[in-house]
Amino acid sequence: MYDVIIVGSGPAGITASIYAKRRNLSVLVISKNDSALKKTEKIENYYGFPNGITGKDLYENGIKQAQNLKIEIIEDEVVSIEYLNNFKVETVNSNYEAKSVILSTGTNRAVPKINGIKEFEGKGISYCAVCDAYFFKGKDVAVLGSGNYAIHELEQLKPIAKSVTVLTNGDKIIENRSIEANVIEKPIRSFRGDSKIEEIEFADNTKKQISGVFIAQGTATSNDLARKIGARIENNSIIVNENMETTVPNLFACGDCTGGLLQISKAIHEGAIAGLSILKK
Amino acid sequence: MSLVNLNSENFTKEVLEEQKPVLIDFWAEWCGPCRMMAPVVDEIAENMQDSVKVCKVNIDENQELAEKYEVMSIPTFIVIKNGKEVGRTIGVQPKEQLLKIL
Repeated sequence: MYDVIIVGSGPAGITASIYAKRRNLSVLVISKNDSALKKTEKIENYYGFPNGITGKDLYENGIKQAQNLKIEIIEDEVVSIEYLNNFKVETVNSNYEAKSVILSTGTNRAVPKINGIKEFEGKGISYCAVCDAYFFKGKDVAVLGSGNYAIHELEQLKPIAKSVTVLTNGDKIIENRSIEANVIEKPIRSFRGDSKIEEIEFADNTKKQISGVFIAQGTATSNDLARKIGARIENNSIIVNENMETTVPNLFACGDCTGGLLQISKAIHEGAIAGLSILKK
Repeated sequence: MSLVNLNSENFTKEVLEEQKPVLIDFWAEWCGPCRMMAPVVDEIAENMQDSVKVCKVNIDENQELAEKYEVMSIPTFIVIKNGKEVGRTIGVQPKEQLLKIL
């Protein structure tokens, strides 16, 4: 049992880990090691670098700094977090428990641009297999996605639904994972139905009857994870208070996932507050 | 605090024949977001009992009620007035937003 698990190793997550570690808390950072910062070519508006610094260097310096402080960092992908009395963090390779969690995976990618997604939210379109699978007992459902997160959602649905199809919407299934399910790789044009979702229309004009579609594209982001635990999200940003705590006790969020300025300075500021605030009560 | 747990036996009396608007919370034990909304629902039941009746449907025990109202995601909140559905909202939200459907 860790005092805190931090999801994400960008400026917000690593700063939070440093502040938490300096309070003698047990800290685990779990990260896919693919921060948006790494892709930034040159940063010239961050304090203390007279000639600027590349995003990759700044990111790697942060990781090194945390490692020098003996902070445990593992490379893995978080696919689910459950909250009862403590947090149970499920990754592709393992499970971990913690008294508190800090979400700092960066910003959410937009909802996929497929007609009908917004319209059928709660009417067959779901963002949470563990919450909503029950309603699709004995029905034909689909998972939209092609990575580890989609596979996790598929496994949640399989024992309950009559059939589960994976829709990659033009992508390829992630390498090194075999899937025991029907996979359709065709691009999707729209989800259609009357009062609830009834069919998928593909770009090649073919159709498939469906009762539910679970959205699980890419990696599970802070927003995806927060939503499942029951934290409030507005305008695609996680709602936090002045301590960076979400509406779920002991669940914190910092950095781009809380909205506002998408800047390193803001991520550092929020990470520091989160690292100082956890388990204070 | 008046908070009524609904089932198919008491549904007609408690909801359809009720004079006040009825706020129904469809929930389940295993649903994290439902647990987060429970205190909000309790607060409405506590503070607004003169103007609204608050009820809960445990969907595991009352699947037929969830099906009747085509609930496909929880928590779902439905308002029924004079036997008819007049408002619906889904998911975690602040009390003020939930009260808007009343």
